[in-house]
Amino acid sequence: MSILVDADTKVICQGFTGKQGTFHSEQCLAYGTKLVGGVTPGRGGQTHLEFPVFDTVRDAVFATEANATMIYVPAAFAADAILEAAEAGIKIIACITEGIPVLDMLKVKTVLTDHYPQIYLIGPNCPGIITPGACKIGIMPGSIHQPGKVGIVSRSGTLTYEAVAQTTNNDLGQSTCIGIGGDPIHGMDFIDCLKLFEQDPQTEGIVMVGEIGGTDEEEAANYIKSSVSKPVVAYIAGVTAPPGKRMGHAGAIIAGGKGTAQDKFAALEAAGVTLARNPTDIGARILECLKS
Amino acid sequence: MNIHEYQAKQLFVNYNIPVPMGYAAWNAEEAKQQAQRLGGDAWMAKAQVHAGGRGKAGGVLMAKSLDEVMDITHRLIGTQLVTHQTGASGQPIHSVLIEKTTAIKKELYLSLVIDRALARITVIASSAGGMDIEEVAAQTPEKIIRCRINPLVGIGAYQCREIAFVLGLDANQRKQLTSLLFSLYRLFIDKDLSLVEINPLIITEQGNLLALDAKINLDDNALYRHTDLSALYDPTQEDEKEQKARQFDLNYVTLDGNIACMVNGAGLAMATMDVIKMRGGEPANFLDVGGGTTAEKVTEAFKIILSDQKVQAILVNIFGGIVRCDLIAEGVIHAIKETGTQLPVVVRLEGTHVDKGKALLKESGLSVIPADDLDDAAKKAVLAVKG
Repeated sequence: MSILVDADTKVICQGFTGKQGTFHSEQCLAYGTKLVGGVTPGRGGQTHLEFPVFDTVRDAVFATEANATMIYVPAAFAADAILEAAEAGIKIIACITEGIPVLDMLKVKTVLTDHYPQIYLIGPNCPGIITPGACKIGIMPGSIHQPGKVGIVSRSGTLTYEAVAQTTNNDLGQSTCIGIGGDPIHGMDFIDCLKLFEQDPQTEGIVMVGEIGGTDEEEAANYIKSSVSKPVVAYIAGVTAPPGKRMGHAGAIIAGGKGTAQDKFAALEAAGVTLARNPTDIGARILECLKS
Repeated sequence: MNIHEYQAKQLFVNYNIPVPMGYAAWNAEEAKQQAQRLGGDAWMAKAQVHAGGRGKAGGVLMAKSLDEVMDITHRLIGTQLVTHQTGASGQPIHSVLIEKTTAIKKELYLSLVIDRALARITVIASSAGGMDIEEVAAQTPEKIIRCRINPLVGIGAYQCREIAFVLGLDANQRKQLTSLLFSLYRLFIDKDLSLVEINPLIITEQGNLLALDAKINLDDNALYRHTDLSALYDPTQEDEKEQKARQFDLNYVTLDGNIACMVNGAGLAMATMDVIKMRGGEPANFLDVGGGTTAEKVTEAFKIILSDQKVQAILVNIFGGIVRCDLIAEGVIHAIKETGTQLPVVVRLEGTHVDKGKALLKESGLSVIPADDLDDAAKKAVLAVKG
């Protein structure tokens, strides 16, 4: 078991024939992901990387029964690509694209919440999702992963890899890893992922990597207190970040004194979460939790 | 991206949002001409910087004669304005906004922001105008009204009325507020704003609403569809190194410490700063070179880091995913050679092609200090600075 994706997940790529789409489709194929085709408007009927290209997501779903997509289309067209995938009946949408205008995402989020509550949107501006040894949808380096028992959810890309590498090195491995993305308006949040990890028998412990900005981590803390029985280890990046400055991610900004790392650490600690104050200790902390 | 008050007010005028008559000026002579153009016998001179809290910091002054207009402008322009929202060195004043004075009956607060938790544009209004809204929220939260807008429907007249009633407006002002909010919402959507704030929104002696101040933040991600607004970018309001970084598509923020860091990924870059601090050092910057970085970008990043005179050591922390460690190592070697830096450079590499990367650094003959993990790197960088 794992969450959301496994060896049977049929994946398409939107922006298939572009530079990013091509490179990462090759990487996913090499990892063993069951890629079944891709979409590039105007190139339907062609073959790319030995897989069929479709004009629309609807055509792709009809022909391949795909149930997941990874989106690499440029930021100006990405919101549209998400809505196209949703309307075509795709269940898992991983949007890797960075730099989507916030107002575009406001509309997408509203449409998904109102009309497609069963769909899981991962991202945007994220590394994607991987169930080690079974299915990689996104840009994460497959080689650092190992099938195992820790569920990882994170707002940051390379910081996710940090947590992954540590849980591979101490031989715990990962059930599924999800990068939920660094944008202020995004799809799945910590709570959505925690809920699925709690239900997943393969997942024995959870690592949560947050950062400054917003109140997602505080809400997750409340949820953990009431509804998560498995051990959770959390790290929050940005203790030293100055207020009012955007730290790379559009979502990583301390505004009006809210969203500080200190507040988030405090809320998580109060909820009984084990803190890794130093990101180098994430692996050691979750190992301790799972031993005891 | 931020824009100046005079630019925001021009946008307001385009959307029929009432503002005091005013013109921007770049020197004392010009200020006098603008005051003459406006007429009357008293004017406000407002320093144009990208920061709030200008009034308390002495950046908003009243002039009762043309000489005084010139005198105030002369004193403001060319100086740095330090407010509670700027750093210790403040923001440079290059222009002032000269406006007609207005008699104020009451000050209100009005803003539209994006509530990320609810994924909604939210109107925030308060009868306590003219002060920091954060302060009002902390001390008298009952004075704040919030109203969420469904992006598929837009703002509703009923929502405007609701706000107007709570603010205690009369029938005529209720109509004015509704029209103002509709305009403000249209401006927000048309121009991809991330914030518009009017503090204070005043009721004049004549009983009309008037936007005495205007603050607008634009969504950087949406600037590509607003070339007219990108042109309003004022580089003088940004740190020189941050400007340079923007040119090369690097995310850089200047900090006060002496250990510079260069990292791939925003989260990991913040984490690197945090661990430096935890190990007793002070980070000199936040720098995310991004996912698809190249040797050239690494070199540019080094140059920006080294232009900061405070820097005494450099910590490179790369977790190669898409980025191959050997390419980063080549970039670091090239950068050290090109800049000729004598500062200690601590390098931590992990991920794709890590062994090749480490080997390249070793063979280069440069005195790069290798580190096993982030914590080790931070300790070594701190040690290098403290000697």
